[in-house]
Amino acid sequence: MQIYICVKHVPDSAAHITILDKNRIEENVNFLLNPYDEHAITESIKIKDKYPGSEVIAVCLGKQDAEKTLRSAMAMGADRSILIASDALHDSIATARILKAAIEQDGNPGLIFTGKESIDSEGMQTQFRIGALFDFPVATNVVRLDIEADAVIVDTQMSGGIANTYEMTLPCVIGAGRGLNTPGYPTFPDVVKSKKKPVKKIALTDLLVETAHSSTNIIALEPLTQTRTPEEITGNAKEIALKIVNILKEEAKVI
Amino acid sequence: MMKNVGVIIELDNGRVKESNWGMITLARQKNTKLFAFVINAAPGKLKPALELFGITNIVDICFAKDWENNPAKNPAVWAKVLINVIKEYHIDAVFGLSTAMGKDLMPRMAALIEAPLIMDCFSVDLENNLAKTSQYSGKTIATIKLTGDVLLFGVRPNCVEPVEAQVSSEILKFEGTHIHSKGLKVIKAGDTDKSSKINLAEADVIVAGGRGMKNAENFTLLFLCAQKLKAALGASRVAVDSGWVPYSMQVGQTGEKVSPIVYIACGISGSVQHFAGMKTSGMVIAVNMDENAAIMSTCDYYAVADALKIIPELTKLL
Ligand SMILES: Cc1cc2nc3c(=O)[nH]c(=O)nc-3n(C[C@H](O)[C@H](O)[C@H](O)COP(=O)(O)OP(=O)(O)OC[C@H]3O[C@@H](n4cnc5c(N)ncnc54)[C@H](O)[C@@H]3O)c2cc1C
Ligand SMILES: Nc1ncnc2c1ncn2[C@@H]1O[C@H](COP(=O)(O)O)[C@@H](O)[C@H]1O
Repeated sequence: MQIYICVKHVPDSAAHITILDKNRIEENVNFLLNPYDEHAITESIKIKDKYPGSEVIAVCLGKQDAEKTLRSAMAMGADRSILIASDALHDSIATARILKAAIEQDGNPGLIFTGKESIDSEGMQTQFRIGALFDFPVATNVVRLDIEADAVIVDTQMSGGIANTYEMTLPCVIGAGRGLNTPGYPTFPDVVKSKKKPVKKIALTDLLVETAHSSTNIIALEPLTQTRTPEEITGNAKEIALKIVNILKEEAKVI
Repeated sequence: MMKNVGVIIELDNGRVKESNWGMITLARQKNTKLFAFVINAAPGKLKPALELFGITNIVDICFAKDWENNPAKNPAVWAKVLINVIKEYHIDAVFGLSTAMGKDLMPRMAALIEAPLIMDCFSVDLENNLAKTSQYSGKTIATIKLTGDVLLFGVRPNCVEPVEAQVSSEILKFEGTHIHSKGLKVIKAGDTDKSSKINLAEADVIVAGGRGMKNAENFTLLFLCAQKLKAALGASRVAVDSGWVPYSMQVGQTGEKVSPIVYIACGISGSVQHFAGMKTSGMVIAVNMDENAAIMSTCDYYAVADALKIIPELTKLL
């Protein structure tokens, strides 16, 4: 079985974000593999262990530098990867079309993994769009996965710690959630090995993807400014508790 | 030109969840006609409340009885039925809540018709087709232009103050005829109705604990306090990773994104990743031993104190 994992190259969540030209960010910060996509890779390696002979392929639409993220994916166990190099910003509608075209051109997906969301654009939707384009079933925020011969059983995390259980036929699309597994850190030999694994580079124009009639475009980006002016609450434990109660009553009006 | 705007009503025990009212208020803009999409409920009972908030058309979506594979809970079936509703009533824009349910439903709808969708938005301008949402772990606010025939908005719960606007409404019946979801079957749908816990994403008040709570037992202190406040319990990733509380309680970039009226952070340092999940809270109160902790400069009130001492005192006073 061929397992494709869509991985996104995103700015480190700890990086300081500077805005340029009012609608894009200064990209001179550390970029890495989207954290949820790490769970996707970890899970696909587990499946490969269960079904020897499977192939795990990481796919990324991103700038040239995204090769770094693909190397991380391969250090975590992916066999090879595909980079659709593009400096432009693509919305999830276009991204899904491009990823679909690249996967279709490359092979025959038995499973497609994504993360439940990317931490930069926080779109929460690319997995569903890929699924719709292939006409595959989709589950998102998956925290448990059992694979059988021609079906998968998944638990998806709902609110309040409650899970839904779905059964999906293969092939299908899985949006990995954080509870799915614990990604391990690659060892030094893993990293060395990943340097030798192949990265196929595709030019966006070679995929001949038609432009969708709908889109989302960022027209302005502003830093979230902190408007709070912290005020200290002083006193002993009892006095502090009393002051908090007053604030909750008089100002916040929640009690 | 008049726009037909649909709102997907989220129910809890057959009642309209509180957070719907703010969403409807956001959807009610100049030249809009509001349609409430009510799925598997008795719309007659909901009618007076929906009218109070300006809904003129209630679309009562019911499924045929002889349904296989539990369609009543199948998000893929819901998405298809809702798309039919959109077509039937020439809906221009759809609002839904960016809750766990909304996150499993709205992107499915958007994908089916390749419509633009912004999740977790907190401001929408239907005249110019713009939405505002946070990006880059909540560090920036993006204004996004949507282009398409039908526009979808997943609204962050509690981000808009509900405002009433009394109208009268009519109920339109819509049969969800035999629609199937190819390949996705519901084995078990977690029953949110049965959970007595207050939902983190929709809570008015959240009491959250971090490493400073030191162990699982001390979280009981927070729980007792939260109970008195009718608050939800939240946690930092450290508290979750230490096994003190379940992951479903994690607030932050890789946890739940919340915007309660009040967020009380106890023994939480206020890392960027934690902040990403709670920075849109109305008021932030921090209790921390370290006056230099990041949270102390990004809150409204702070006490340099031992949370393990303050919390029990607070509980006593409530
Ligand atoms: C990719 C990524 C994603 C992440 N996602 C999240 C996320 O979603 N949510 C999240 O929370 N974190 C997340 N983190 C982790 C984050 O970076 C921090 O490690 C974490 O938030 C710290 O938790 P904390 O504040 O409980 O612990 P600490 O940072 O250790 O802070 C503990 C605080 O408690 C105070 N304290 C100690 N004892 C007491 C006492 N008795 N009374 C009062 N105060 C006391 C201390 O002064 C200190 O400020 C993520 C990290 C990464 C890399
Ligand atoms: N440019 C991209 N390249 C590869 N995968 C992507 C890309 N954008 C999104 N994805 C995948 O889709 C998931 C959801 O992304 P989003 O819809 O942006 O929240 C991510 O976790 C990735 O797995």
